[in-house]
Amino acid sequence: MSAKKQNKNPAETIVEEEGEVSKVKLIPVYIMGKRYDVPEGLTIMKAMEYAGYKLIRGCGCRGGTCGACGTVYREPRDYKIQVSLACQKAVEPDMYIAQIPLFPASRAQYEFAELTSAPEEVFKLYPELFRCVACNACTKACPQGIEVMDAISALKQGNIAEVSRLSFDCIQCGLCTSRCFGELAQYHMFQLARRIYGAKIAPRANHLARMVESIDEGKYDKFLEELKKASEQELKRLYQERETEPMTAGEDWVPKDTGYL
Amino acid sequence: MMSLAYYPGCTLKTKARNLEEPAVAAMEVLGVKLEEISRWNCCGAVYSLSDDDLIHQVAPVRNLIRVKEQGENEVVTLCSFCLNTLKRANHLMKGDAEKRNTINSFMDEEVDYSGEVKVAHLLEVLRDEIGWEALAQMVKLPLQKLKVAPYYGCTLLRPREVAIDSVENPAILREFLKALGATPVDFPHATTCCGSYQIVSNPDDISRYVWDILSSAVRYGAEAMVLTCPLCDYNLGQGQKELAKKHNGFKGMPLFYFTQLLALALGLDPALCRFELNYGEPESLLREKNLLP
Amino acid sequence: MSVTISPKRLGSEFVSKIKEISGQNLQVCYQCGMCSGNCPMSSNMDITPRQIIELARLGLEEEIANSKTVWICASCLACTVNCPRGFDLSKLMEAIRLLTLRENVDHISPDEISPEERRELPQIAMVSALRKFTG
Repeated sequence: MSAKKQNKNPAETIVEEEGEVSKVKLIPVYIMGKRYDVPEGLTIMKAMEYAGYKLIRGCGCRGGTCGACGTVYREPRDYKIQVSLACQKAVEPDMYIAQIPLFPASRAQYEFAELTSAPEEVFKLYPELFRCVACNACTKACPQGIEVMDAISALKQGNIAEVSRLSFDCIQCGLCTSRCFGELAQYHMFQLARRIYGAKIAPRANHLARMVESIDEGKYDKFLEELKKASEQELKRLYQERETEPMTAGEDWVPKDTGYL
Repeated sequence: MMSLAYYPGCTLKTKARNLEEPAVAAMEVLGVKLEEISRWNCCGAVYSLSDDDLIHQVAPVRNLIRVKEQGENEVVTLCSFCLNTLKRANHLMKGDAEKRNTINSFMDEEVDYSGEVKVAHLLEVLRDEIGWEALAQMVKLPLQKLKVAPYYGCTLLRPREVAIDSVENPAILREFLKALGATPVDFPHATTCCGSYQIVSNPDDISRYVWDILSSAVRYGAEAMVLTCPLCDYNLGQGQKELAKKHNGFKGMPLFYFTQLLALALGLDPALCRFELNYGEPESLLREKNLLP
Repeated sequence: MSVTISPKRLGSEFVSKIKEISGQNLQVCYQCGMCSGNCPMSSNMDITPRQIIELARLGLEEEIANSKTVWICASCLACTVNCPRGFDLSKLMEAIRLLTLRENVDHISPDEISPEERRELPQIAMVSALRKFTG
């Protein structure tokens, strides 16, 4: 009985990681209809690579935010369609997987600067919005848990702010579009709505504008020149001796050096 | 203050603000708070007329489920298109067990629904729950015998299972106008279709329908027309503009939503009525009749 | 107009599909013409509502397919509420439209509508037109 002997049990594999040898359970998954036995605990993406797929499309940040790796799968003997991002979801035994790295969805062409903030701009550019039948397949297909149908509904009602709020977590993976009965490209419409909201409706940060103005007026030039002339030692000293606002400071707290205010 | 679950419909949030805003204010004066239901979606506008298609029933049924979920057993609408679709879908869920089961099991993320909610139009609420006499007594600014043609269009009265009044000889708008101190002007085309969604596919045909309806109302002596549907408003409003351009002699008329006349007669600030969004320049007519300051 | 009637046409798939989708018994119509008389759109139609029922009954699908009648119909239901036999003609119109739409042949396309109109049309118009005329 030797730990180094090749393990004949097909449900396990030997893994060596940083000098440590351990047994990892293998589980069957079906990728594009073919069975592969992959180590338990891998993400779908890693499992596909373990199985020998080289991913040059449908693969991006590997961190759950770029939306490139939208994946559809089914569990055994369950009619329900499940969705996830391949880089985020761990494989489960008998998962039946297919990747949807790109679902065709053309974007309307527009000159953003020429658009007003009216919702009718979206109606004009995406008239297929009105083909939505509120079947909710989009919501069920969203790996980010967005209420896609509700966001489309808000868009039909002309409520751009609400669309922006509801679709905030959208990573444009396109899974909603792939399932849409009305053949809408929801994420393109949402992106336009968010752009309109951000550029034309959301309140402006006036304090930021004022700050930029005072910088342009040269208010901070003197201090910048002093810092530029300071030696490395002086800069280190200034940094170490800098004053920071205490956590418990009230609204009326002022620093010792009020020259910058 | 009595509260009623209220379903607006998409158009009332944009183009037809002048249907919704006076309604909410006017109903408060009458002691009814219109509580917009939350998470509503587009009702689908038209009712699917095929026996074997259920996906198009999902949109209206989902809204009825929202009403039920929010603990209400009645929902009121202002837009007659929405009334028609919601009411017909409701009937389907009440009456057809097989389709009801299929729709309920398809919408597995929602609670089951079997027609528990009653769908009503605001005119029915005014007639049945408030009453014309009570309404007349609350009128602060009687409408000075303004001669108004009541136009029903299709969706309030057809099919028979939806009709809020007699299909052949409806009286509800007539009684409504009388209660407000206006003079209803009956005319033959009160229930003739304005062309509905044909404005999208056959806009040229719409001119003919609009001509028939408006010139008939003019002939019978109407000074204005009262409507309940944003699509009728668009077709008649745009239509009369086009006709006036092409035919020198054509005379249209100001178009009002029934809720605007209601708010005006109850003495509310006319600014709430949003007359600036109407077709046919109602403000000059109202000023003529001393109904506007 | 002259048409050819045959048992094959009467028993065709077209007729059975029409019956299934509309849920209507085509035999009850006695061709009184109330529907045509009440239809506000009939003057624009090449084949009148009354004639449509007869053509449908006889399985004459080509004649129906070549007409623009069902695409001018506005589903106003004037025909339905006035029919003395209780025949729901609006459902027959819908069934005929659906035979085309379900073949993935749309009657209108959003890009045929001008951008200005798409901006101006109320949602209610776009939703209903796309529901009736696209599959």
